[in-house]
Amino acid sequence: MKKLRQLFRHRKNKKLNRSPAGNALLFFLMGIFGVLMAVPLVMIVNNALKPLDELFQYPPKLFVRNPTLNNFVDLFVAMNSSWVPFSRYVLNTVIITVGGTVGHVLLASLAAYPLSKHDFKGKNMLFSMVVLSMMFSWTVTQIPNYMIISWLHINNTYWALILPACSFGMGLYLMKQFMDQLPNALMESARLDGAGEFRVFFRIVMPNVKPAWLTLAIFQFQQMWGNTGYMFLRDEELKPLQYSLQQIAAGGTARAGASAAVTFIIAAIPIIFFLICQSNVLETMTTSGMKE
Amino acid sequence: MNEMEKTAGKAKPVREKRGLFHRENRLSSHTISYVMLAPYFILFTLFTVLPVLASIVLSFTDFNMLEWPHFVGWTNYIRLLVNDDLFIVALKNTLLFAVITGPISYLMCLLFAWVINEFKGKLRAFLTLIFYAPSICGNAYMIWQIILTGDRYGYLNGLLLKWDIINEAIIWMKTEKYVLPLLIVVQLWLSLGTGFLSFIAGLQTVDKSLYEAGALDGIKNRWQELWYITLPAMKPQLMFGAVMQITQSFAIADISIQLAGNPSVNYAGSTVVTHLLDYGTVRFEMGYASAIATILFLLMVGTNKLVQRLLRRVGE
Repeated sequence: MKKLRQLFRHRKNKKLNRSPAGNALLFFLMGIFGVLMAVPLVMIVNNALKPLDELFQYPPKLFVRNPTLNNFVDLFVAMNSSWVPFSRYVLNTVIITVGGTVGHVLLASLAAYPLSKHDFKGKNMLFSMVVLSMMFSWTVTQIPNYMIISWLHINNTYWALILPACSFGMGLYLMKQFMDQLPNALMESARLDGAGEFRVFFRIVMPNVKPAWLTLAIFQFQQMWGNTGYMFLRDEELKPLQYSLQQIAAGGTARAGASAAVTFIIAAIPIIFFLICQSNVLETMTTSGMKE
Repeated sequence: MNEMEKTAGKAKPVREKRGLFHRENRLSSHTISYVMLAPYFILFTLFTVLPVLASIVLSFTDFNMLEWPHFVGWTNYIRLLVNDDLFIVALKNTLLFAVITGPISYLMCLLFAWVINEFKGKLRAFLTLIFYAPSICGNAYMIWQIILTGDRYGYLNGLLLKWDIINEAIIWMKTEKYVLPLLIVVQLWLSLGTGFLSFIAGLQTVDKSLYEAGALDGIKNRWQELWYITLPAMKPQLMFGAVMQITQSFAIADISIQLAGNPSVNYAGSTVVTHLLDYGTVRFEMGYASAIATILFLLMVGTNKLVQRLLRRVGE
């Protein structure tokens, strides 16, 4: 608590309207909830380091007593006995995740810009369609979706995962909301300098909504990373890492150790991506003046 | 023509300037808009609009995924609302879920995003990670299975036995009266997801000079600052967060199926979406499942209308 208060005193000149009592109350609340929220992280890390006898201990303990890296060794053994070379799964995941994330962020932002800043017919209708689409249950649209993907003959290709991912509704909505906040003067001055709309979009709009697309990238990365492609990918050579990791983890009792390591890796990759994006969100704040 | 005139009027100061797009501004300002929209909306039409329309059409048929669907009119809807007692139970549970978890989750997202915003640098990224952890760790709610284990080794039972609050272990997820409240607790624990991160990002974009101006205008404490400056400045994010919250709160299914099973004991944990999954993926009555999805959709759209109206009054 003392440390926190110091942190605040240090910044007193910057933050207005802050009372010590209010700080204390809020940070107390944060502390309690923080511990609750961190439990899954703690559990995943500890389980990954547990030797087999501790993994099977009943009742289970949260913290590991004799940490070991054996689980990861087991995992590598299991990886080497996979049907296609393990690096192939990694390659597939990179293609699918990068394609789906970059594609969605780019296309959704590109479409959000005119919806937010241009004036044309049908604009409101298009936007409401996107927002409403998020409310329709995904379970029942899966079958028509499958039929469309077959009809396009992109079944059993990477495109079957990447293209639908590019058109999710959430990204467009998020980007448009952030672009709505940009003052029009920002774009006007660039246009006066002779910049075309694409130039305005890439040079002015996107840098100014960096927190938005970095956040969107986190969401989309998580989605793509978690995708096993079970519906659309039949060939083993096309399947993503998530699929093969889950196959290893599903190996039952014999694979309990490897399975704990898998859970760790499945969580660790998006967390690393999350941290990279989040710290960049912060950088924007300190380096650029945003709308000042 | 009328539309073009309007745009031309607006673009006037620009039109006189040089540049590829400006010389023919009247026409190109529209063309360029559509060019930018096209890639996204072509895919959106293919992979979202068409499937949704197809599902709505299917909701008027008896599609079972094997035979060609036959048109049955309103039969599915009538059956759903008049003859399906389980749907009414599911609907009641879902509404209860949504009414409780929706607003609380939303406020939690806002509160924690706002407090985290007080921190800087690495500490801030770390705190964000901690609070976002349940959403990023995949099926993190599995930890609740250990906590809620029905014998005396379950964490919750162990604790309550130790404190002599209960005399024998309770099989939490198989006891009707505990199922829904416990699912609500787990759902609240999972609240800090999409909305939370978008608020975190939204708080970044609030113009800092507004705070100084506010202090001069007589804003005394952080709560006033929040209500009169911060929240109005991030209204677009508040609306986005509300929509995400609605889609989550009404679509609760996974945690119910994982923790309470499907069907749950005496349907205590059944929701509209578990009901839908039951018909869609177990019984293959796709027409009926589509009707459920359509009703759920209308429910969310209505709620959204209401919530957006409320949000317009923020900061007044």
